[in-house]
Amino acid sequence: MGVKDKLEFPGQIHETPDGGFMVTQLDAVINWARSNSVWPLAFGTSCCAIEMMHTVNAKYDWSRFGFEVMRATPRQADLIIVSGTIVMKMAPVLKRLYDQMPEPKYVIAMGACTISGGPFFYNTYSVVKGIDHIIPVDVFVPGCPPRPEALLHSMIALQEKIKNDAYFRKQVDKK
Amino acid sequence: MTNEELKNNITQVFSAVTFDETGEFLNVIIPSEELLPFMKVLRSTKEFNFDYLFCLTCVDWKDHLMMVYFLNSKTHNHTIVVKAKITDTINPQIESVYDIWKTAELNEDEVFDLFGVKFLNHPNLRRIFLEEDWVGYPLRKNYVDEHMIEL
Repeated sequence: MGVKDKLEFPGQIHETPDGGFMVTQLDAVINWARSNSVWPLAFGTSCCAIEMMHTVNAKYDWSRFGFEVMRATPRQADLIIVSGTIVMKMAPVLKRLYDQMPEPKYVIAMGACTISGGPFFYNTYSVVKGIDHIIPVDVFVPGCPPRPEALLHSMIALQEKIKNDAYFRKQVDKK
Repeated sequence: MTNEELKNNITQVFSAVTFDETGEFLNVIIPSEELLPFMKVLRSTKEFNFDYLFCLTCVDWKDHLMMVYFLNSKTHNHTIVVKAKITDTINPQIESVYDIWKTAELNEDEVFDLFGVKFLNHPNLRRIFLEEDWVGYPLRKNYVDEHMIEL
């Protein structure tokens, strides 16, 4: 299945002489819209952030896959890519940023440092050994740092996750 | 001045110093109680004129701590490394060089934060990176805490 298939509208379109109608599921169409308009938070703590910036810019251009602009405030973002080492002093800041993001929100842990502390696992007093100690993670990307292709792959994997989410159904169940 | 000239001129002023010439720069090892008068001479003597302290750090050798000062003269374009041994690792202290080079304030804060060296006559000695209530000095060789996983 190529990228083109993923971007196609989920549902059946029935042509009639005076227009047409379509049959789809609400969750499918909402998730289709959500997954193609993810707004990441401009957040980077070290060298992985440099790779992330490459992924944003013209050569890799994640807008092609529906990630659009980076937001400078967590209140407008629904994805946080934790790119780089998180130290003990940064941990409360990361938690606060995550808490400030509106639901539904997603987390990508980019690189070895965010997965386990990576090269700073042993004999360190300052590094958090995996950001899943602080916030829940949706997708892990290994690498030190991961290549932009790997980051894009993780983001497309996240889109798959969003598409399979029963978000609308959950909202109805709550009421 | 070349390293050789620096060495000769320093020997004339201070006799209690030892030299190490293995590296690029001339290393001067001085007893810690003589550090401040020695540094004042390096700064104020016209031939030396070490007006730029470009690095101040500390090394933990387990049985002692070694303060390291990198000095440069912008007028003469010569560089020297001054080292002062602190034998008391339980309660290490040394005179601050803040009065000679203002930049030492933050550098000494950092050494205090990570090595626990107490600088006498420092204007505002405090933890600069770590939280105020941090226990211990992380760059000491014998430092351990509950987060640390030792290899």
